[in-house]
Amino acid sequence: MNTEERFSRQRLFHGIGRSGQKKLEESHVIVIGAGALGSLTAESLVRAGIGRLTLIDRDYVEVSNLQRQQLYTEADAAAYTPKAEAAKRRLLDIRSNAVIDIIVGEADPAVLENCLPADLIIDGLDNMETRLMINDTALKHRIPWIYGACVGAYGLSYTVTPEEGPCLRCLMKGIPMEGETCDTMGIIAPAVQFVSATQVTEAMKLLTHSFKQLRGTLWSFDVWSNESSSIRVDSLQDVHCPSCGESPTYPALAWSGRSKAETLCGRDAVQVKPLPDMQVSLERTADAHKKHLSKANQHLLVLNIENKRLVLFKDGRAIIHGVSGEVEARSLYQRYIGG
Amino acid sequence: MQITLNGQIQNIENSQTVAELLEELQVAHKKTVVERNGIIVMEELHKEEGLKDGDRIEIIHFVGGG
Ligand SMILES: [Zn+2]
Repeated sequence: MNTEERFSRQRLFHGIGRSGQKKLEESHVIVIGAGALGSLTAESLVRAGIGRLTLIDRDYVEVSNLQRQQLYTEADAAAYTPKAEAAKRRLLDIRSNAVIDIIVGEADPAVLENCLPADLIIDGLDNMETRLMINDTALKHRIPWIYGACVGAYGLSYTVTPEEGPCLRCLMKGIPMEGETCDTMGIIAPAVQFVSATQVTEAMKLLTHSFKQLRGTLWSFDVWSNESSSIRVDSLQDVHCPSCGESPTYPALAWSGRSKAETLCGRDAVQVKPLPDMQVSLERTADAHKKHLSKANQHLLVLNIENKRLVLFKDGRAIIHGVSGEVEARSLYQRYIGG
Repeated sequence: MQITLNGQIQNIENSQTVAELLEELQVAHKKTVVERNGIIVMEELHKEEGLKDGDRIEIIHFVGGG
């Protein structure tokens, strides 16, 4: 593959040029979440010639993802392929010499720190709790990161840099997210594409050191109602912020408070995590529950129990569909997996 | 009263303050950043900050999806 030709149009673009393209090819970006946002962003970065991509995701491909998660196919959904793995396969079809590391599992502080050093972290997550953890990890290691989120036809984005401006915690004023409820308004693909496009553009500016071009605002839009907004948020910077203030404590890195059972927004499912000292074996579980076993691959197995579906991952997590809530999910997990 | 909300001219019937506007727009329960005529209105002042005809209001609410 002739890389001179491959990236020629991008190199011709005045903002990137030969030196910018070289910087892109030398950079390492971590994308957390390989759902709609993360998979699109990963594709754009790989196509742009990013040097190394790390992609972290805890989920597997389902049919309802295909309307907007553009890297995935019906075959991935039928095989319960973990999103990170399906993404990697497709991304290597797109650019065979790309360097892509994947993690099928939860992005926790230890996992994330293991992926460092990196030039940039990009958010493709589905929950605020993990975003605050990314915020703290990024600030602690002085790495920029780009928040992005969307629902319905609405989306927003904000770029956090360690050098200046408020961080995400400053903007959210540290309010705990326990009250976070799932949005049930669905989502259309163009809203995702809009957010990903702004995140990738900011990423290109950061990676090519075009710092003057950074947007510098909290930005939102609604592609259906045609509203958009851009707010300078400098005045929200808090000198006492525990993440970016004068004496940071990075509270979100103390991950122990993380819930053991968690409703997955937009998935109609609950994720249950194993107790810290619990050993989970896919083989043993498959043997013990042969009559419920409906699918297995190298990353996970699927049990159909009454009208519920329990997807058990190698790391001991289970995503459980068809339960009424976290309590029922937890009890089903205890009965069939243990703990 | 007529205001410009996120770039769109809108008639606001039931809101006299920023807090009431957030209720009317059904984003009061979300984390928001509000700007009135170019200046951010801190959350603790949402109840006191009155609205006037012709105001330019920007409201961004946070969501978690992706
Ligand atoms: Zn901060």
